[in-house]
Amino acid sequence: MKAGSNLEKVLDSGQFAVTAEIGPPQSANPAPLTHHAKMLRGYADAFNLTDNQTAVVRLSSIASAAIIMREDVEPVIQMTCRDRNRIALQSDLLGASALGIRNVLCLTGDHQIFGNEKGAKNVFDFDSVTELSVFNTLRTEGKQVGGEVLKDPPKVYLGCAENPFATPYEWRGARLAKKVAAGADFVQTQAIFDMDMFEKWMDDVRGRGLDKKVHILAGVLPMKTAGAARYMKNKVPGMIVPDHVIDRMKNAKDSKEEGIKLCIEQIEHLKTIKGVHGVHIMAVMWEDMVPRIAKEAGLLPRPTFE
Amino acid sequence: MTETRPKVVGFCCERHAMDSATLAARSGKEWDASVRIVTVPCSGRVDGLHLLKAFEDGADAVFVVGCLEKNCYYDTGSIEGRKRVDHVRSMLADLGIEKERIEMFNAASTNAWAFAEAANRMAEVAKRLGPLEPGGGSK
Amino acid sequence: MIVAKRKPMGDIAKMVAPYKKVAVIGCRSCVAICLAGGEKEVKMTVSALKVRNRKEGREQQFEALVVERQCEKEWVKEVEDKVKDADLVLSMACSLGAQTIADMYPEKIVFPGLDTGFFGVPEEQGVWSEKCVGCGNCIIHLTGGICPVARCAKSMLNGPCGGSSNGHCEVNLEIECAWYAIHERLRLQKRLDLIEAVMPPKDWSTGHAGGRRTYVREDARLTQHQKKGKEGAQ
Repeated sequence: MKAGSNLEKVLDSGQFAVTAEIGPPQSANPAPLTHHAKMLRGYADAFNLTDNQTAVVRLSSIASAAIIMREDVEPVIQMTCRDRNRIALQSDLLGASALGIRNVLCLTGDHQIFGNEKGAKNVFDFDSVTELSVFNTLRTEGKQVGGEVLKDPPKVYLGCAENPFATPYEWRGARLAKKVAAGADFVQTQAIFDMDMFEKWMDDVRGRGLDKKVHILAGVLPMKTAGAARYMKNKVPGMIVPDHVIDRMKNAKDSKEEGIKLCIEQIEHLKTIKGVHGVHIMAVMWEDMVPRIAKEAGLLPRPTFE
Repeated sequence: MTETRPKVVGFCCERHAMDSATLAARSGKEWDASVRIVTVPCSGRVDGLHLLKAFEDGADAVFVVGCLEKNCYYDTGSIEGRKRVDHVRSMLADLGIEKERIEMFNAASTNAWAFAEAANRMAEVAKRLGPLEPGGGSK
Repeated sequence: MIVAKRKPMGDIAKMVAPYKKVAVIGCRSCVAICLAGGEKEVKMTVSALKVRNRKEGREQQFEALVVERQCEKEWVKEVEDKVKDADLVLSMACSLGAQTIADMYPEKIVFPGLDTGFFGVPEEQGVWSEKCVGCGNCIIHLTGGICPVARCAKSMLNGPCGGSSNGHCEVNLEIECAWYAIHERLRLQKRLDLIEAVMPPKDWSTGHAGGRRTYVREDARLTQHQKKGKEGAQ
């Protein structure tokens, strides 16, 4: 056990894991977090709190995590490299661990041009891979990048993201291999709409033996409208949404119902893929659908441990 | 002495532009007497500095006439000419000088009307906007 | 080369308006190549300002000058008289040239006519793009000759990120994803092994983050004795 988090226990026990996302509010009011935590408790093993996602200023990931922990819900904090240098990142890792946060997702981070502070000076002291390797060294040896060894290293379970749908496609297996070598325990993939392409990536991943070294949680994202599907296809870099998916949403009588149905079908299929050890449900702006999706995709009840 | 006639300078290429001008003259077309012609081997030979100097030296409107872009005698000369005109126009616009005061036209040698139309249009612009002096200029 | 562009004419006009005698000084090096502050650009800038003055009835005197390389004192000295004679020096060199004049003649007011941008190369006629950020520790031998610090929007050492779209950067879909390009280059050279291992965190202290840098060649420096000799000869 590296950190003893609930997520770690589920994955280590060989059971299919479920994580979901809670988007922190664009305000100093913790109430939405508490509300979502209460609503979603028991429907996933851990919940990601995004870190100023798309470079939009939001209540911080670590603070959000501390708030949902009050409701007995396990967080996964996200730490991007965009806004913090190695001093702040290592410091925040110590702080998170001290607060009892046990799951950390290492990300490079969306560029600030996407957000509401376009004039910001970005940092990118690290990328997600170096961040992983630094955090890994910190938790196993207590050693900082600069060499100093700390008493009482942080206890964390390390995760990363990977996107099989970004170019160069043939490199995405090798990139995961790097993250695994750097210390990743689990991976959450970008939202999957092109199942064939995902399966090809899994072939490569299994071929490299990575499914034995890291737990892959396949990402799904329930869509509300064909417009949303088209937006993701055309405007979000690194997302692939096949036309047949868009058509399905377009031709549906009730697109929201169709979106949920599609998501559940995807999860059912992902359960059957060797090497996929869980799902990561990104119900963007639709968190209240997570309970239904978890239930209808046969993911309940979530395992509990002593 | 009050100089009421505006000064307009037109850079015309020796090929299609001047052919058009000559044909215009020969077929009795009229154009405003305030227009002075400067012949150049190719409209692409006109440098941004020539256009600016014309304004510096008293022109109230400046234009360039070149061959039709698909039919330039020197292949891409009139394309270049247009780029120069556009560049100077934006420099001057940023200094509060009206965009209409500088323009690019294309003519075929068989167009008797093309040159005359360009000349008259620019003379009209110069009269409407007034001289490029304090007190002159559009309100 | 250093790539710069002329400040908007409107901004320049506002800057120089209060001064009677303006020396506009360009440079024949980098800024001439990127068509920002060479002889032609200096002349056109001066001419445009004169046209504006004609329209607004403003009396101003301009000197249009160019030096070989404005960042080197020896070249700047050649126009010293004109500098001293002017009320304002509008430098149309990169900031290095402007600062050189400002440092050489501290009592003179020197304004920048250009916005200095980056170290870059001409991609095609009329287009210059950034390729180096002066990190002080070049690693392009590890990335097939393509600098990820400068050409990746996130300066990643283990790229690409998940936003690489059809070989383009998520920040600007018109520019290439540097890591896509690195991958292609190393694939061509059959050296993908170079990027298979995790590249460790960069030491940024050799770059600007470490503070303003000065490089010295001790063997090229003049001793006190030599300096005295030089002054004596003058």
